[in-house]
Amino acid sequence: MNCRPYINHIPDRAVAALFLCLLAPAAAPAADPSPERTRELVRMVRQDCGSCHGLTLKGGLGPPLLPETLREKPAESLRYTVLLGRPGTPMPPWNAFMTEAEADWIVQQLMAGFPEETR
Amino acid sequence: MKSLLPILAAFLLSACTGASLRGTGDMGIVIERASGSVAVVDSSTKSILGRIEGLGDLSHASAVYSRDGRYAYVFGRDGGLTKVDLLERRIARRIIQAGNSIGGAISQDGRLVAAQNYQPGGVKVFDADTLELLADIPATYGDGGQRSKVVGLADVPGNKFAFALFDAGEIWVADLSRPREPKVTKFRNIGNQPYDGLVTPDGRHYMAGLFGEDGIALVDLWKPEQGARKILANYGKGVEKLPVFKMPHLRGWAVAGGRAYLPAIGKHEVLVVDTASWQEVGRIPVKGQPVFVMARPDGRQIWVNFAFPDYSHVQVIDTLEQKVVQSLSPGKAVLHMEFTPRGENVWISARDDNRVVVYDTASFSKLTELPAQNPSGIFFTSRAARIGF
Repeated sequence: MNCRPYINHIPDRAVAALFLCLLAPAAAPAADPSPERTRELVRMVRQDCGSCHGLTLKGGLGPPLLPETLREKPAESLRYTVLLGRPGTPMPPWNAFMTEAEADWIVQQLMAGFPEETR
Repeated sequence: MKSLLPILAAFLLSACTGASLRGTGDMGIVIERASGSVAVVDSSTKSILGRIEGLGDLSHASAVYSRDGRYAYVFGRDGGLTKVDLLERRIARRIIQAGNSIGGAISQDGRLVAAQNYQPGGVKVFDADTLELLADIPATYGDGGQRSKVVGLADVPGNKFAFALFDAGEIWVADLSRPREPKVTKFRNIGNQPYDGLVTPDGRHYMAGLFGEDGIALVDLWKPEQGARKILANYGKGVEKLPVFKMPHLRGWAVAGGRAYLPAIGKHEVLVVDTASWQEVGRIPVKGQPVFVMARPDGRQIWVNFAFPDYSHVQVIDTLEQKVVQSLSPGKAVLHMEFTPRGENVWISARDDNRVVVYDTASFSKLTELPAQNPSGIFFTSRAARIGF
């Protein structure tokens, strides 16, 4: 049973989304934020998260946040890392600045390949 | 025809440089973070002279200057090291020297440029003229198999570079008096997670701020045999373990009038420390978590900017009164400040408003605004003459 060639035809984004659903069936797909809020969140991740993880999210003092580095990690734990931070590391909690649904959306986007800022 | 050649050559040369003869003492660059460019600026006319593009990923970029003030060495996040010619406004040389870089320094004699890298963790030293690699100092620790991220690289007298190993909790001083044969002195167990460092303006003390515990590691470079000691045991996040939304930058640590002004980590305070005893002598409440705490060159004022979400403000502390005397709102996301060489003006970058704002430091009036694409660091050539810059 060789399904590999078939999978290769599925866009990465779709595979990541599928992966996300399989891994975190409890987390319903997050409703997309409004276009304006989307712009704010993209900017926040690129610029403010970027001060430790890099503008291109390839890492800095903090680890890379690229799809290939996040693939093995459960979305649920990534959501809580975003919201609550990681004790013992410099990662702070961001729950004062975003909702849980927005954290889920960010995690989804990170796992799929985070959007660039539009200007 | 032959006699015309020198004239023609002179004409071509002046056409290349694009301007009449000038010095660089009032020039500088502004990093344009998102577009991978730098704006070349003139702090006398308060204007942008031109742009140089093609410097790669400049998120968290910094720059040092050749001692003649003509060339800026710009260290990019993507490991790019770009030598920029301010006069000809072009890239003189550019290399990719690592996978992930955080900054650099230039040696006392101006002949060596060192880059500090996260990935692969270590310091690389280059010929300042050619950017030829002269020395590679991997930041290995433990059994030698691991490499640490390097932070807080600073030039210190004696053609040495001091830096800290974030993952290893060590301070290293590399003697580059023979550039191809660096001699490294290691100070071990200096504390948990040093996150940045600086050398005092006299070049004597190297300090590394600790993130993983309270306190600062201090090495007296005049008496290295004494080893590193920890000062300000109460400096840090304290028992509350407050979240820190942006690592403070220690390079801007201000020393003025026998006192050092330091960003408190995670707290809305600037700490005041006596530089003779290294004891804390006061705390000044400010609007947010300080990122840069910078002294005006004369030491009378301390300017402070803040981490997300208070990063649209700047406050000014009067060092005689020991309190905030002015609050300004230059724009959204203030990332950096730079004083003119003698401090009559300060240039402030407001990233999200795409502008650099110039203030008079005596009257606090806004003198002008200059357009820039997501500006971050501002670096004037006067840095060329300062230890630790």
